[in-house]
Amino acid sequence: MRFAFTEQQLELRAAVRTVLEQQCTAGDLRALADLQRTGGHAHGDVGRSAARWAVLSELGAPGLLVPVEHGGLGLTEVDLVGVAEEAGRAGVPEPLFESGAMAAPVLVGAAALSAEGARAGAIAADALPAIASGELVSTLGGVEQTADGPVTTSHPAGPDGSVLTPRVAGAARAGLFVLAHHTGSAWQLHVVGADSTRVTPAPSIDPIRDLGTVEWTPGPGTLLVEGAHAATLVDDAVDRAALVTAAQLLGLADRLITLAVDYAKERRQFGRPIGSFQAVQHPLADVRVRLEFARPAAYRAADSVARGIGDRSEHVSMAKALASDAADLAARVALQVHGAIGYTWECDLHLFMKHAWSLSAAWGNGAVHRARVLAAALRRADD
Amino acid sequence: MDLTYTPQQEAFRDEARSWLADHAPAPGSLASLDTAEGFEQHRVWEGRLAADRWSVVSWPTEYGGRGVGIFEWLIFEEEYHRAQAPRRVGQNGIFLLGPTLLEHGTPEQKARFLPPMATGEEIWCQGWSEPDAGSDLAALRSRAVRTMEDDGWLLSGQKTWCSRGAFADWCFGLFRTDPDAERHRGLTYFLFPMDAPGVTVRPIPQLDGEAGFAELFLDDVFVPDAHVLGGPGDGWKVAMSTAGSERGLSLRSPARYTEAATRLVDLYAARGRPTGPVADEIARALIDAEAYQLGTYWTASRLADGHAIGPEASCNKLFWSETDLRIHRAALELLGPEAELLVGSEEGLAPAHPGEWLDGYLFALAGPIYAGTNEIQRTVVAERLLGLPRG
Repeated sequence: MRFAFTEQQLELRAAVRTVLEQQCTAGDLRALADLQRTGGHAHGDVGRSAARWAVLSELGAPGLLVPVEHGGLGLTEVDLVGVAEEAGRAGVPEPLFESGAMAAPVLVGAAALSAEGARAGAIAADALPAIASGELVSTLGGVEQTADGPVTTSHPAGPDGSVLTPRVAGAARAGLFVLAHHTGSAWQLHVVGADSTRVTPAPSIDPIRDLGTVEWTPGPGTLLVEGAHAATLVDDAVDRAALVTAAQLLGLADRLITLAVDYAKERRQFGRPIGSFQAVQHPLADVRVRLEFARPAAYRAADSVARGIGDRSEHVSMAKALASDAADLAARVALQVHGAIGYTWECDLHLFMKHAWSLSAAWGNGAVHRARVLAAALRRADD
Repeated sequence: MDLTYTPQQEAFRDEARSWLADHAPAPGSLASLDTAEGFEQHRVWEGRLAADRWSVVSWPTEYGGRGVGIFEWLIFEEEYHRAQAPRRVGQNGIFLLGPTLLEHGTPEQKARFLPPMATGEEIWCQGWSEPDAGSDLAALRSRAVRTMEDDGWLLSGQKTWCSRGAFADWCFGLFRTDPDAERHRGLTYFLFPMDAPGVTVRPIPQLDGEAGFAELFLDDVFVPDAHVLGGPGDGWKVAMSTAGSERGLSLRSPARYTEAATRLVDLYAARGRPTGPVADEIARALIDAEAYQLGTYWTASRLADGHAIGPEASCNKLFWSETDLRIHRAALELLGPEAELLVGSEEGLAPAHPGEWLDGYLFALAGPIYAGTNEIQRTVVAERLLGLPRG
């Protein structure tokens, strides 16, 4: 038993943090928010930076989970989780994890699992090195987590067989979509190039998300895998997505606490810094405590997913429930500590608060994951 | 990252489990440890544990332990709570004073005090709070005056809220030895027997009507120099080491909460699995119990890697005390109108008598108050972990 990261894992995390402190500023996020506010959509490079993406790619971040033979680092979710915390702290606006931790593992898994291995293998061999190098951005859509397990969000769009997949993150930037679809009797996973889709932006309170509705047409040419194998990959994908989202929420909660603490040290009322009042101190302490105990749960879930143990999905649900709650509370308390200035567009707080809101709800909110934990505990009690 | 146990640790678990299965009294078969009869029954149980070296597994073998590491201690605790074995009447000694003695005691003090603490022959209570010094512990006024002719000290004053004080054999307490020194300075940590001349004990009935704690009146109680822990004037530093144990790992191992959470799921299943807010509360209780366990493993690994726990211990105390309340409140909510039933009432359904949950709730309600109120812990977290200005 040693529940701790290795030196290499801590170094990777520190390297990502250093890069992001320089390359991902609140000003970058503000540019993105301003664009959306003035009626533009989060297309192109506004608020997003080719330089940042290049440095993250140089560190191997998009290919962290991609096997070495496909050009990635061949690392595990345990290595990933610290990187995701740092990305969350900075509010990285590129679909780093949608590409490398949500879509890419489906391609890897399909190649390994599928009876149509030859075809899936060819797709994977083609796309994975480009995803790992950062040259190609991919994303995952068409599925979300519920109390009763994953359900598809894709639905028929019209008589021509086309399908609409709503709320796909990173949609404007993705060159390759991994899209889930349920025929009514079986799961299917498809791979669709951006040039075969029509993406309509779906503005979110959080412009970092870059949500879009993807219109596409499933067919033999897009099918990656279907049936039981697809169902397994969908289960694994929603677990991994919830895990990496939970880790980002931990970093975000920490950022929100830091913003509030910094403000409470500066702002003076009644002749004293407001951070010296217990009415301000104690809610911040409560957030710190919730964060303190959310972290190990996420690290354990990462280890369970990396090792593929039987309880991994329950462990992920605990992690996501704790992280969503900690980040929601951090946002709520940070806003209250800031007072009216925190309610303005001018203050940086909202950039991070809104990201916490969106990620808290993504891939199963706290209530969804708590229901999953209770169901798992009842199954154990019944055994 | 390695979240698995070694074969040796698994063997240790098996040994503990089978010993407890053979020896632990049936749940609820001992009288309450806050009664004279129950106190002695629990003392006998401590002796039984010690006879096979299960009472203080993490202590060095020379003092009655097994010299095993923190993970083995956690494993033992898991098995202990799984067996629903009796509450530890010696807990103030073995979990709080014991680690403090191991850190600050002289070789003679360790040899004198640790072995009978491990066997339950000497059961300890804590003499810290005073009528006017609770959360503001450094305001304490009970004093110790030097007696040069006898190489010792004379203690005077009043202590209160001494858990187990009604029946304990020894007391560890903080006294002011330098009346001119400010607050935290000039305090000294003393060990004294409860039957020493000049000690008067007044038991205080708690919410449940039993004398779980007591008030002590001290009138020129003589304590030799050999029973000063740490040096004169070092009392605050030594006390903070005890407080670290109290708030940190050793007082409340996670097993208490994970075991209660497992029983809560059984209760939920037995009560027809109601949906809605109560289901969500039960899930929160389960998740927090497990989060506390994982947080403990995380901290234990940091300790094993040579890091110290500082003010983070205050996070622990806040989390376990609130988790305990959350678990028991959820149970009472499930019990509905039966929540008011006491153990011993004829009514009450499986899987456990409702009164046991009520007892657990009363116990949990004390958690946010003792070991430094949760308000004090929040202030520690705010000022020392978050770096907010002092109020």
